[in-house]
Amino acid sequence: MRSLFDFHGGVKPDYHKEASAQQPIAVAPAPTFLVVPLHQSIGGMPRPLVAAGEQVRKGQRIGAADGNLSAAVHAPVSGTVTAVEMRRMPHPSGLFALCVVIENDGREVWIERQPFDIHAHSAEQTRAYLRDAGIVGLGGAVFPSHLKLAPGKAGKLDALVINGAECEPFITCDDMLMRERAAGIVRGIQIMRELLLPTRVLIGIEDNKPQAIAAMQAACAGLSGIEVIAVPTRYPAGGAKQLIRALTGIEVPHGKRSTDYGVQCFNVGTAHAIHAAIDLGQPLISRIITVAGNVESPRNYDVLIGTPMREVLALAQPLPDTDRLIMGGPMMGVAMPGDEVPVVKATNCILAGSKNLFPPPPPEMPCIRCGDCAKVCPADLQPFELYWYARARIFGKTQEYHLFDCIECGCCAYVCPSHIPLVDYYRFAKSEIWARETEKEAADRAREHHEFRQQREERDKQEKSARLAAKTAAGRERAAAALASVTQTEAAPSPATEARKALIAAALERTRAQQVTPANTTDLAPEQQAEIAAIEARRAEIREQARPHLPPDN
Amino acid sequence: MHNSPYLLKPASVQSVMLRVLAALLPGLAAYVGFFGMAILVQIALASATALAAEALILKLRDKPILLFLGDGSALVTAWLIALSLPPLVPWWLTVLAVVLAIVVAKHLYGGLGQNPFNPAMVAFALMIVAYPQLMSRWPAPGAADFATQWQMISGAAVAGLDALTSATPLDALRTALHTAGSGASVASAISAAQGSTFGQFAGRGWEWVAGGYLLGGLWLLQQRIISWHLPLAFLATLTLLAGMAHWIDGQHFAEPLFHLFGGGAMLAAFFIITDPVSAATTPRGKLIFAAGIALITWIIRSFGAYPDGIAFGVLLMNIAVPLIDRATQPPVFGHKDSAHRDFDHGGPS
Ligand code: SF4
Ligand code: SF4
Repeated sequence: MRSLFDFHGGVKPDYHKEASAQQPIAVAPAPTFLVVPLHQSIGGMPRPLVAAGEQVRKGQRIGAADGNLSAAVHAPVSGTVTAVEMRRMPHPSGLFALCVVIENDGREVWIERQPFDIHAHSAEQTRAYLRDAGIVGLGGAVFPSHLKLAPGKAGKLDALVINGAECEPFITCDDMLMRERAAGIVRGIQIMRELLLPTRVLIGIEDNKPQAIAAMQAACAGLSGIEVIAVPTRYPAGGAKQLIRALTGIEVPHGKRSTDYGVQCFNVGTAHAIHAAIDLGQPLISRIITVAGNVESPRNYDVLIGTPMREVLALAQPLPDTDRLIMGGPMMGVAMPGDEVPVVKATNCILAGSKNLFPPPPPEMPCIRCGDCAKVCPADLQPFELYWYARARIFGKTQEYHLFDCIECGCCAYVCPSHIPLVDYYRFAKSEIWARETEKEAADRAREHHEFRQQREERDKQEKSARLAAKTAAGRERAAAALASVTQTEAAPSPATEARKALIAAALERTRAQQVTPANTTDLAPEQQAEIAAIEARRAEIREQARPHLPPDN
Repeated sequence: MHNSPYLLKPASVQSVMLRVLAALLPGLAAYVGFFGMAILVQIALASATALAAEALILKLRDKPILLFLGDGSALVTAWLIALSLPPLVPWWLTVLAVVLAIVVAKHLYGGLGQNPFNPAMVAFALMIVAYPQLMSRWPAPGAADFATQWQMISGAAVAGLDALTSATPLDALRTALHTAGSGASVASAISAAQGSTFGQFAGRGWEWVAGGYLLGGLWLLQQRIISWHLPLAFLATLTLLAGMAHWIDGQHFAEPLFHLFGGGAMLAAFFIITDPVSAATTPRGKLIFAAGIALITWIIRSFGAYPDGIAFGVLLMNIAVPLIDRATQPPVFGHKDSAHRDFDHGGPS
């Protein structure tokens, strides 16, 4: 038994996992209409490759990656594109985004599927292939995987960490995937190894999943350099940073690339998706989802991306008092704006909630500085200090106390005896800071843009006037020379200089006049404006949610 | 509708406070056993006053009365004041102390969670400065029946007061050392009063009360309501200082056990300096905070004008809490090495 490192803090909520792990993964029936959002990963917004009325085949690329920080999206079924339009997203603010709506013809006509021979291609080509197969992190972060499959500054990787910890209560999709498709996961890991050349592979699984551990061990039998490690069950052991710390002792700071520290971490679902893309030629068009919570028969389903959540939920028979849908687990999940929103690559769980299952917290009391929150914070923060400054809107201080190192795991709010919705305060503070930074950036960009144009105009004018003045001066000089031969005139300021001075003064005047109007955001590209609008929407919504807890503005 | 996390641990301020009260029971039982029912009267009086004062202020401040009364924090303050004051003080002194604690030390600073000073210790310090005479009304073990104690509390004149009250061990030691001049020693003072004031290793009766607090405190540790940093740093520092002084000059300095069990040290270690609101919050900060209180306590006990210095130690260290907390922020995940590098900047490598 290897010795494990420990991460600070963590909590042990009731896990509620047994119910959904009783039955094997079932394939959810394909719906008649699928709504596939184009933007399903961190990074750029893929551009649509299809238009309304077009026929698509199953697995056909319908959105192309926008630059390298992006991943493609594909048609999950064969059928007809009925629209490319704005639809509501599975996002708590209910924002709308561009989606491809496909009517399923039920014929399952695939694109031509070809295994991809990584040995016949360069690493760069393999990464491009994975990007175009739409592979993103399936643990919930949906970061494009191809970008994580390149060695970092260190040049070589000490440990490739495979995350099968799955610490969120209720969720068992990774557990079931490991039990049923261990061989595929291990194949995916072997592909990653070829790209990353890690010294060792560590598969971390919480010790409450003995069957998954056994299945993975069996699948790894005979392979060298791969180790399946049971980690103690404690939320959030499945946080990438926490798992890396537990298995290797390495702490990757916030905002740093883990490869630079010699480690990289992938979810087991991602490993399986990589296997499907490389070995079977199948792009990422479905994923395993746990349907649990306030339902009659919780279970895991293999669901096509774009399926309305309502239809997936119906399979598990929600109880009549269900009053909300949560995407993700009860600790970090987000409430859905409606049940028609589509399943996306980030959807690992659809959790039905009710007043009984997730009762509203008792009234919020003042913080008594008991420090319980600090004891459980896996990021080693002082949550009550963050709370104090976020509440007082002293955002600079929240950053001093490392607000952005907070992973929003919810441990602090879980234990707080004063029932303070601490994470709401951190979301609020973060969104305010982001909004301010975006505003400032936008303003800076606009100002730069504006100043540049002015400089150019001014330069053009000066050049023109100089040419003009030179011409006039040349004429006058001739006349003057003639005059001078008669009378010795005293030296007068050159008219050329005079003209230039006047022009510069006028230009300065104009500049001053224009600068009175504050630098604004009108010079921004439409995407930038859209981005700002989205942030504004999210901000407004967080403000709305935080309002009951916050002291009035003044 | 609220946001994640949707699961909450069944914890509340109320359950914390109730368990603190429960942890006081062993010490209280010993108290009643050795010194009679007076302390129960004082606790009842303090509790009623605290609840009334709290309710009134909450109403004035337009806060939900039942919610905040139910949190139990006022009761804890009341009990700690009653257990800190001599049990034979007249009723109005207890009432005054509790009102000052709740109204001034707690609510004028903003109420629950906002007070920089420990309310019970503010009240205790004010009382000992204002009424030093009354504040020495400690009962002699088993000396007075309940009727006489009741008379004293109700403010009636009581004949033979001196016979009924007794110096606490700390008091007795101080008086002996002060009056007898340089010739006296700790040993002679203690042996002179043996049997009445002093017990096995500290005060008669008091050592049992302190033992009860220790027991309750250990239970609070086990319940994870308090962390070990504060009591351990406090008791260890006190032991170390007393031990060193006693080793250097055994004639004039009492031994560590006496310090630990002879005054309010156990009550302070587990129940008073552990008040979360006014104490330091970081692990290292707690060690510094508690050690500082122990140092001030020992200095006042050994050289000062008051018999016990805990209240002043707590209040002085309360002032330093923001500073201590800021200076002892633990390193954040992933920043541990860089914290070291920052620290090492400029030093020879
Ligand atoms: S757990 Fe709650 S009451 Fe305790 S210090 Fe943290 S925020 Fe304050
Ligand atoms: S939500 Fe943030 S502050 Fe709270 S415990 Fe998690 S990381 Fe720490």
